[in-house]
Amino acid sequence: MKLRTILIATAVAAVAIPASVQAHRQWMLPSMTVISGEGDDVWITVDAAVSNDLFYFEHQPMRADISVMLPDGTSGEVKNKAQGRYRTTFDVQIQKRGTYKIFYASEGVMGTYKLNGEEKRLPRGTTAATLASAIPAGATDVRTTTSSNRNEIFVTAGEPTTTVFRPTGKGIELVPVTHPNDLIVGEDATFQFLLDGKPASGLTVTVIPGGIRYRDQLNQQDLTTDADGKVMVKWGEPGMYWINVTTPRAAREEGAPPAPGGRRASYVTTLEVMAP
Amino acid sequence: MQFRVTGLTATALGAGLFAPGMAAAQTLDVSITIPRLTVAEYHRPYVAVWVEKEGGPAKTLAVWYDVDLKNNEGTKWLRDIRQWWRASGRTMRFPAAGVTGATKAPGTHKLSFRPQLAPGNYTLVVEAAREVGGRELVRLPFSLPKGGTVRASGKSELGAVTLTVKR
Repeated sequence: MKLRTILIATAVAAVAIPASVQAHRQWMLPSMTVISGEGDDVWITVDAAVSNDLFYFEHQPMRADISVMLPDGTSGEVKNKAQGRYRTTFDVQIQKRGTYKIFYASEGVMGTYKLNGEEKRLPRGTTAATLASAIPAGATDVRTTTSSNRNEIFVTAGEPTTTVFRPTGKGIELVPVTHPNDLIVGEDATFQFLLDGKPASGLTVTVIPGGIRYRDQLNQQDLTTDADGKVMVKWGEPGMYWINVTTPRAAREEGAPPAPGGRRASYVTTLEVMAP
Repeated sequence: MQFRVTGLTATALGAGLFAPGMAAAQTLDVSITIPRLTVAEYHRPYVAVWVEKEGGPAKTLAVWYDVDLKNNEGTKWLRDIRQWWRASGRTMRFPAAGVTGATKAPGTHKLSFRPQLAPGNYTLVVEAAREVGGRELVRLPFSLPKGGTVRASGKSELGAVTLTVKR
């Protein structure tokens, strides 16, 4: 049944979309990142989607379990979450001063094994916890790669704070040298990236300003983290920027099964750069 | 750029640089003209007036916003005075005694401040941001103890702005 196969394939593809293996870009776009005002009536709203262009809704809504970390490091709440054809949207109430983190993080295991002389791939959604049950008895030549995907945005009410940047030690994480809610055209920004809690040199950093539909050039910056895991970004125009950081891969590897024993990680954020 | 010092450090530095007793008091007389605009929807601008020490932090002298909305809701748009918000506003609490006031109608408004400032080079900055309108900022450099009069003028959201420094 050909139709049935297609339906199943579509359903599986929709479950998880790790940034590292998709041409599409996933992103969250906050309605604002610099917030004044206090009290119960201060909110931001966020669009979350997967698309080719930035930041337009033309492919898939983001299907992920979004978390909020409050400025003091405790958990906050996502409100009014809704999923449409092209985007997911939700609100966050801003009741405290300081920097909020809105994020999701996933961990997975990819890999292959041989059973009765035939090579099989680990099913999608396999994690370190389910790995043992995903490999049938009698399997040989087990090769696995662990992957971490993280997508996070930041908003600040009042003065920027740094509690939400405390590293967890899993995947790629951002450590501010320049605070991500303190960006302005005319001042270069420096960010440090960690891989599994350690400064990560040689990570690929892609910077693309939003609004692609209204210009001919992508204006993409391709950068690489230095020996300390740091990268400096120069801003062209004010606006929202999409930043993607990944562990390096050879071009021929794209879409191919991962190298055995490897470590793959990706990081996505959206940063707002203000006009001077 | 004038704002090398970010809000993260401004609080720590701010106290020291503007500590009382560092210099003889001087008076900053400021005259700000808010132009009369013929637009379909007019709202009085939010205006911030502040002083920056060269290479140092900013000190807010005045902020005009919708102070009488319920639950202090007017503070929601203070971020639209965006250079001031970054330089000084985001470290403040509102309403701030002696600093915040209601928005003003078009016309010329006279203000007088007596901040304690050490000798050095300063810039007085006036920034206006108007709901459903634009934003404009003018800078008036001055030095102490020299004093004198400095004039500037905006093109859209601000008219003539004059600063006279008197000992």
